[in-house]
Amino acid sequence: MSNDEKPRIGVYICHCGENIAGAVDVKAVAEFAKTLPDVVVVRDYLFMCSDPGQELIKQDIRDGLVNRVVVAACTPRTHEPIFRKACEDAGLNKYYFEMANIRDQCSWAHWHEKEKATEKAKAIVAAAVAKARLLEPLEDRYIELTKEVMVIGGGIAGIFAALDLANAGFKVHLVEKSPSIGGNMAKLDKTFPTNDCSACILTPLMVEVANHPNINLLTYSEVESVEGSVGNFKVKVRKKQTYVDWDKCTGCGACLDVCPPKARVPDEFNEGMSLRGAIYIPFPQAVPKKAVVDMDACIKCGGRDFSGKEPRLSKSGKPILAPCEKVCPTGAADRTPYRDPNGELVELNVGAIIVATGYKVMDKHHFKEFAPEHPNVITAMQMERLISATGPSEGKLIKPSEIPKLLEAKKKGEKVEVEKPHTITFISCVGSRDNRYHTYCSRVCCMYMLKQAMILKEKYPDLDIYIFFIDVRTPGKDFDEYYMRCRQLGIKIIKGRAGGIQPLPDDRLLVKGYDAEIGKPVEVVTDIAVLATAIEPNPTLKELARTLGINVGAEGFLKERHTKLYPVDTMTEGIFIAGCAQGPKDIPDSVAQAKAAAASAMSLLDPGKMTVEPLISEVNKEKCTGCGICVPLCPYGAISLVECEDGKKKSEINPALCKGCGVCTAACPSKAITLHGFTYDQVLAQIKTIARWPEIPAE
Amino acid sequence: MSQAQAEVAEKKNEEWEPNILVIACNWCTYQAADMAGSLRYSYPPTCKVVRVPCSGRVEPEFVIEALLNGADGVLIGGCHPGDCHYKEGNYKALRRFEWLKKIVEELGIEPERVRLEWIAGSEGLKFAEVMKEFDATIRKLGPNPLKKV
Ligand SMILES: Cc1cc2nc3c(=O)[nH]c(=O)nc-3n(C[C@H](O)[C@H](O)[C@H](O)COP(=O)(O)OP(=O)(O)OC[C@H]3O[C@@H](n4cnc5c(N)ncnc54)[C@H](O)[C@@H]3O)c2cc1C
Ligand code: SF4
Ligand code: SF4
Ligand code: FES
Repeated sequence: MSNDEKPRIGVYICHCGENIAGAVDVKAVAEFAKTLPDVVVVRDYLFMCSDPGQELIKQDIRDGLVNRVVVAACTPRTHEPIFRKACEDAGLNKYYFEMANIRDQCSWAHWHEKEKATEKAKAIVAAAVAKARLLEPLEDRYIELTKEVMVIGGGIAGIFAALDLANAGFKVHLVEKSPSIGGNMAKLDKTFPTNDCSACILTPLMVEVANHPNINLLTYSEVESVEGSVGNFKVKVRKKQTYVDWDKCTGCGACLDVCPPKARVPDEFNEGMSLRGAIYIPFPQAVPKKAVVDMDACIKCGGRDFSGKEPRLSKSGKPILAPCEKVCPTGAADRTPYRDPNGELVELNVGAIIVATGYKVMDKHHFKEFAPEHPNVITAMQMERLISATGPSEGKLIKPSEIPKLLEAKKKGEKVEVEKPHTITFISCVGSRDNRYHTYCSRVCCMYMLKQAMILKEKYPDLDIYIFFIDVRTPGKDFDEYYMRCRQLGIKIIKGRAGGIQPLPDDRLLVKGYDAEIGKPVEVVTDIAVLATAIEPNPTLKELARTLGINVGAEGFLKERHTKLYPVDTMTEGIFIAGCAQGPKDIPDSVAQAKAAAASAMSLLDPGKMTVEPLISEVNKEKCTGCGICVPLCPYGAISLVECEDGKKKSEINPALCKGCGVCTAACPSKAITLHGFTYDQVLAQIKTIARWPEIPAE
Repeated sequence: MSQAQAEVAEKKNEEWEPNILVIACNWCTYQAADMAGSLRYSYPPTCKVVRVPCSGRVEPEFVIEALLNGADGVLIGGCHPGDCHYKEGNYKALRRFEWLKKIVEELGIEPERVRLEWIAGSEGLKFAEVMKEFDATIRKLGPNPLKKV
């Protein structure tokens, strides 16, 4: 059907049962529509979107009666694709279709003003017909999709997303900011609700990631910029300088102990309860197991600073080396070659991105009422480290204040007596469900407190354990049974808020609270107080979201496209989210989301190409004066000035990048840009029809 | 003015119903208008919506033409700042709107007849409230002065 064929418009008015016909006089609208220019057929039907309804349209197209279709019914946001398809099926270009929204924006809103609703419906139909007269046929576009995915964050969520995609044959780039993957789960001792050892279930997965032929593991790396869009994201990843030659480093750990005391800083993996050297491997099961130098901590022994200088010589003529490079058996820690502090920039081309950057727990120092300076007031994450076999006390339960003594003795190879706790008190909702900090529930704290209490009580039955709960939340599968087991072990549950902690002269702690069940204040004298501090988004998440062009919600977690229907999608097509970066959750839920995100990325990319609506902008080179006004306006960088044959510069729009917002179209002073589907003439025709209502403009 | 003419004029004014054009971005305000309907929030049927992809698509000419052709009020609806589906179209709409208001005044039209509102897709109630309020404002102003001449 050619473009210049005179429009023969069919108008199809839907009753939508009573939804439209209950307020709008459909017959009157139909009679009116017959009077509109170029309208040749008008029909009404009970449900236009039903099979027989669509058949009315198709038949008229097949019979050659109509070559433009207007359906007056509900909203194009839901039904435009359905009717477009009907047009296409009957052999009409599907962009010869326009919808008049006379239900959502008319009958429903003006239910009690039937006459006025009918008048408004007529105006809406008239405007749609005015646009339909000017419609142009368009061809769908296809974009090629890169079958590679970037996963950001190598916690349990990122690990699962990467493995599922890699196993399905997709190339995965896993970008992790710290030197090892594993995330917070690597710090946990055992995991509820089954109490299996965290490292035992996590480590094999980490190794699988490192060995997978389809996974390009980029640890100690961060995303610097993202350009492009679904199917074709161009990503720049900064590989931070490790100051250790990873090709040579075998992870033997020889360098770890030689770093001098002045260069020792709190160990992140042990939540600050022990010290690590400036050169370090994050934890024994790290993947990859490679050392890095923390330059903020390094004191550059012997002036060895990676600036490319040969070492100075001692009086005896021997080179003066830093202890780490001296002890390294492979030369990986060699400090003579120059190392660029900026590291290296890697460019990736990916079709989709999964963000799984996890969480951090709130620091105890926010909570002055809980004596945060006291070494025996710890966070629950610190308790995980205290009971873990890879923790500072190698899993032996001691008072945290005794750790330095224990570590000192261990270094000297001596035995030492350390104090053990008799009473441990847990305090829930520290920073969660609290208007001063976070209003949300951190979701995992009730369960991990019960877990830690259970592990401790089973191992040390003489311990007295108290847990202050506002209320106990155990809605997960097998969770309430878990809670009942805890109660049977004799763990004392106090329902009520703990208000403060007071250090006692004998180094113990007095926890003051309120027992809501007996309606009285309570006091507990304890050796260790454990604060279940809130789960928060990582501090850099906002900036990462901005780089990616996705949204964060009020609490700072990544926002999903739709809470119920699109829980792992974002408003930016091709970018998915999983794990605690989306909100606090436990491991089973993080894994489920990761698998959902991986599956969503697969179903998006697997076909290799994607249809996109041709509703984008195009430059008419004849009208373009090359002023360049449009170039910086495009939010997607789709416009550039290119030299034409006659040597003049003209604007050009890259159809793969244009999303059809129309900002350039509206701004071009020469009216050289057309936004297909919303052209100047089309929109103006609608506007004039409404502005002049009830008169119908003739042209 | 003859007696009969005056009567007609008066009758006209009594019967006069404003004619209001709403140019709505597809992703927020248009969705809010749908939402208002599906939640059955009523608003004056004087308000009629034309859909554009983004408030950034709105050319000042669209508004001027609407007024020249007799619309009594024109409202542009977009996403809240920071929420534009195309990142920043609404900021561009805002900048153009400042300029548009001046032109409208130069044409001898009350600037209150044009309005820019941010209405999110979930704000069906806000859509209805804004329409009621805008309708009331236009009723107070009376018919578009360009239409009278
Ligand atoms: C004290 C405590 C005990 C818990 N116990 C249990 C339990 O027993 N059972 C259970 O099911 N759940 C438990 N949880 C919850 C569990 O820790 C989480 O559900 C899980 O770790 C979430 O995994 P994730 O991959 O989403 O996030 P994370 O484990 O936080 O991983 C995120 C990863 O992303 C990296 N990253 C962050 N930002 C960037 C960036 N910009 N670029 C690149 N990489 C980045 C991080 O370094 C990290 O490696 C517990 C939580 C706490 C606080
Ligand atoms: S604004 Fe219009 S005239 Fe200027 S360069 Fe862009 S397309 Fe060409
Ligand atoms: S319509 Fe929008 S996305 Fe397309 S080129 Fe113009 S400004 Fe860029
Ligand atoms: S999409 Fe709504 S203002 Fe841009």
